[in-house]
Amino acid sequence: MFSDFIGKLQLYFSYDFVWYALIVGLLIALCSSLLGVTLVLKRFSYIGDGLSHVAFGAMAVAGITGLTNDMYVVLPITVISAVLLLRTGQNAKINGDAAIAMISVGALAVGYMLMNLFPTSANISGDVCTTLFGSTSILTLKPEDVIVCIIMSVVVIAAFLLFYHKIFAVTFDENFVKASGVKADVYNLLIAIITALIIVLAMNLVGSLLISALIIFPALSAMRVFRSFRSVIVSSAVISVLCAGVGIFSSIMFGTPVGSTIVVADIAVFFVFCAVSLITRRKA
Amino acid sequence: MAEQLICKNVSLGYDGNVVAGEIDFTVSEGDYLCILGENGSGKSTLIKALLGLKPQISGEIIRTGGTGAGDIGYLPQQTVVQKDFPASVREIVRSGCLAKCGLRPFYRKQEKELAESTMKSLGITDIAERCYRELSGGQQQRVLLARALCAAQKMLLLDEPVTGLDPKAQTDMYELISELNRGGVTIIMVSHDFAAATRYASHILHIGAHRQLFFGTTADYLASGVGSTFSERTEQ
Repeated sequence: MFSDFIGKLQLYFSYDFVWYALIVGLLIALCSSLLGVTLVLKRFSYIGDGLSHVAFGAMAVAGITGLTNDMYVVLPITVISAVLLLRTGQNAKINGDAAIAMISVGALAVGYMLMNLFPTSANISGDVCTTLFGSTSILTLKPEDVIVCIIMSVVVIAAFLLFYHKIFAVTFDENFVKASGVKADVYNLLIAIITALIIVLAMNLVGSLLISALIIFPALSAMRVFRSFRSVIVSSAVISVLCAGVGIFSSIMFGTPVGSTIVVADIAVFFVFCAVSLITRRKA
Repeated sequence: MAEQLICKNVSLGYDGNVVAGEIDFTVSEGDYLCILGENGSGKSTLIKALLGLKPQISGEIIRTGGTGAGDIGYLPQQTVVQKDFPASVREIVRSGCLAKCGLRPFYRKQEKELAESTMKSLGITDIAERCYRELSGGQQQRVLLARALCAAQKMLLLDEPVTGLDPKAQTDMYELISELNRGGVTIIMVSHDFAAATRYASHILHIGAHRQLFFGTTADYLASGVGSTFSERTEQ
């Protein structure tokens, strides 16, 4: 039984595409967990969902225009939406969650309608399902995709490390940061752009619908147990990478969809951490 | 004494609507100014203008003696986000030094030392590793005060610093602020606590609906009777 597993793994890892999936999966898990803590604390948990729907709509547009590479359309549209959404958080005319709901549902509807009006393949519902749940696309990555993903991940991680203290301060207290003469808006813009980058990246792995889970679950789990910002960030990254690894391996072993397997692993960790926090708090 | 902050006939408001007009006052080194006013009298708009976050509609705000924009330590009111924020006391106090970093990604030794010495002087060194959300209201305010002091040592602007604290913690907070003031820090405190303002502050600025009602020393304020209606109303 056990040797069967090993044999199966050896077989799978003799294929390049499995390696690609593993590299891309772990990188995306790492990037999304880094920003997840900030987004959850800034009350933007749902921005992942909203932006991923925008990216879905943008993909539909890109499909119609027949561009060879979706990224040229998807990335700019998503970045612009992210900037607009995070900006609405500050002025109260349409508040943050209403704006996210509006853009997210709107983009989803427009995208789906465009896909139906101008079908590019015979199997529309199959296409939609793949874009939303990312069921297979991570297993069909080309070497170029992997390189793009590695470059973008390096950019995200470097930006996060370089601006770590600024991101912390802006998340904790934007008004104070502004009052002390630091350009808080620049860092908010940076957070918005990084968020959009991560979401476009993550669409390949888990699809539109499950991106939110990838962003919020590790952060929420870490916040249950850890008590300083740094330890929350580090543990959230570790949780996310471990869950992605476990999820990818088990999806290979049991033939389950990659994205939802990873999310199930994240949910399991969340409940374990909830239990841990209950126990430690009772002791204290 | 040297003047640090001068407001000349300042009007403030949103979208062209004046919420507070004809505001005239001067803050000198070592003053303890308390800004009194009811809700909606434009106190928070005035704070933003003093901090340089929001331009005034008309008039002039002059900052002299090393108190340019960013040289005023700010103690904002707590936000919902902060109530369950996972951060240690030390991380928060250090974030007060952020403006000194510029584009440098990490804190230097001298900034870390500034954070440590400020925590020591406010008596929160023993809770430096604790999580902010698990502290009492009074302790949280001390942490934010330490952060403000890391950002600026000459002048502090405190926005209703005792809101939500129990009576004992309120007194402690007021005593702490007075102690800082005696140590040479200029204090501007926004409040609607008439009794505490007249007990601790050296100067009072009272703003009513749309205009300034009084500015002067606390003794003159008590003698003028401007505050009498206000004090009766807050005591009810």
